Amino acid sequence: MDPTQLTIHELHGQLKNHKTTSRALTRLILDRIKSVEPKIHAYTTVTPEAAMAQAEAADQWLQSGRPAHPLTGIPIALKDNLCTQGIRTTCSSKILENFIPPYNATVVRRLNEAGAVFIGKTNMDEFAMGSSTENSAFGLTANPWDVSRIPGGSSGGSAAAVAADACISALGSDTGGSIRQPAAMCGVVGLKPTYGRVSRYGLVAFASSLDQIGPIAKNVTDCALMMNAISGHDSYDSTSAEIPVPDFARALDRNLTGMRIGIPKEYFIDGMDSEVLHAVKEAIRVMEKLGAKTQDVFLPHTEYAIATYYILATAEASSNLARYDGVKYGHRAKPTKDLLEMYMKTRQDGFGPEVKRRIMLGTYALSSGYYDAYYRKAQCVRTLIKSDFDEAFKQVDLIVTPTAPTAAFKIGEKTQDPLQMYLSDIFTISVNIAGIPALSMPCGFTKAGLPIGLQIMGRPFAEETILHAAYAFEQATEWHKRKPNI
Amino acid sequence: MKLSKEEVEHVAKLARLAVSEEEKEAFSRQLSEILTYVGKLNELDTSKVEPTSHVLDLSNIFRDDVVRESLPPADVLANAPDRENNHFRVPKIIEERE
Repeated sequence: MDPTQLTIHELHGQLKNHKTTSRALTRLILDRIKSVEPKIHAYTTVTPEAAMAQAEAADQWLQSGRPAHPLTGIPIALKDNLCTQGIRTTCSSKILENFIPPYNATVVRRLNEAGAVFIGKTNMDEFAMGSSTENSAFGLTANPWDVSRIPGGSSGGSAAAVAADACISALGSDTGGSIRQPAAMCGVVGLKPTYGRVSRYGLVAFASSLDQIGPIAKNVTDCALMMNAISGHDSYDSTSAEIPVPDFARALDRNLTGMRIGIPKEYFIDGMDSEVLHAVKEAIRVMEKLGAKTQDVFLPHTEYAIATYYILATAEASSNLARYDGVKYGHRAKPTKDLLEMYMKTRQDGFGPEVKRRIMLGTYALSSGYYDAYYRKAQCVRTLIKSDFDEAFKQVDLIVTPTAPTAAFKIGEKTQDPLQMYLSDIFTISVNIAGIPALSMPCGFTKAGLPIGLQIMGRPFAEETILHAAYAFEQATEWHKRKPNI
Repeated sequence: MKLSKEEVEHVAKLARLAVSEEEKEAFSRQLSEILTYVGKLNELDTSKVEPTSHVLDLSNIFRDDVVRESLPPADVLANAPDRENNHFRVPKIIEERE
């Protein structure tokens, strides 16, 4: 089998037993990138020299016979909002086009210490604002399953690269579904960990009370191995929780006896795509066969999640993005007559339309006279959404839903209507509002051959339970073995 | 909820964002539509609900104020659009008196 198609755990075995080298593997991945990039454009930056140097170092370590981390020598892609020392980090924005961070994000440092090989930075919606990767200042990414369709977003580049074997695994970030929705659209596995599970130091901030970094991988085992490498408290991020990190790979089990799974009727709505509905219902039946007990649960405030999100996320974004003022780094408009004009023109030139729209919305929601009506109101509804989940998780261990209401839509289909684009996040957003973990994995394909995503949500810090159920489902099905023809 | 062009101008100024005439029109239309949708939240009575700003039960996190190594000035200034010695250089802020 072509080594680029293998998983972390399969390649780790080959590397450890000297059946292949990280250099050989990295070269194959770089070749694969050359052949698929003209069709999918998953990367903003590819770093062949740095990758080969890391591969060389990994090979020396593996040759020495010292115990190797499962990620040693494995080519990994990083979403372009994760700071990489000495490597351009653009957030797919003109305003950061030439930004070269002087430090590494904590997740990057941790993967580095595990011996991973960084192959490049992946394309995204500008500042992670979007659901289709069409909002990149450097051109869109196409879905490897059908290049006339979007790969999902905002971590569309990471998901497309994993699906197209243009890396072995990747990191994304998820503020309202940005790991899970593209994972669903591209037929791969993506996990948004609990808020606080993974340090966000060095993740370019979008909405700080919602953002979380997580893996996008070829299968559940790889997802667990990536989680092992990136999780845990970090003194550089005061919101990272001081909660022990289990060995996630040990949670993987094929039996679901005694597992209680909730099915919320609010996620099976009228007008939903019938192929998605059928695939998810079938997946629930498979889980029942594996021993899980299913029951109805109620998440009555689901219909308010998008409205809540677009107030909270834009308010936080308007504050976080105030730092792009043309002073310390990033683009600066020239010439300008005074400081105010410099700020205003720098931001006008540097930000794309969706980012501007969200800054405007957030600024309005926080402005004098509107704060209580919008921002405080949304924070109160957040409490209600969170307590829906608290109640549901008193009765069940997991909640299973579709990841998105449809499979990947056509490029350009929703770009003219921001609200329609926002509504495509309907099933992923509540998870961020409540701060809980959730995973998306393939559970079927449409007749047109597009992947369908299954979402599994869990209690705070219960990623193990999610991975357990996901692994059991994966081992009982064949969906994860399909490859796009690209 | 309707956001007028004048309100768009006001918000853009607060956000330090220069906007073209076309953008004013577009924002007025799009933001009005989004705010109308968001108005949905008013269906809920939240008078007895506490706001959630953060899902983790966090209070202030303190650490001792000890001297630690920081990034070298050259690294910090490397991305500056304009600089002079170890300073960020910006357009004139203070008006000169005639």
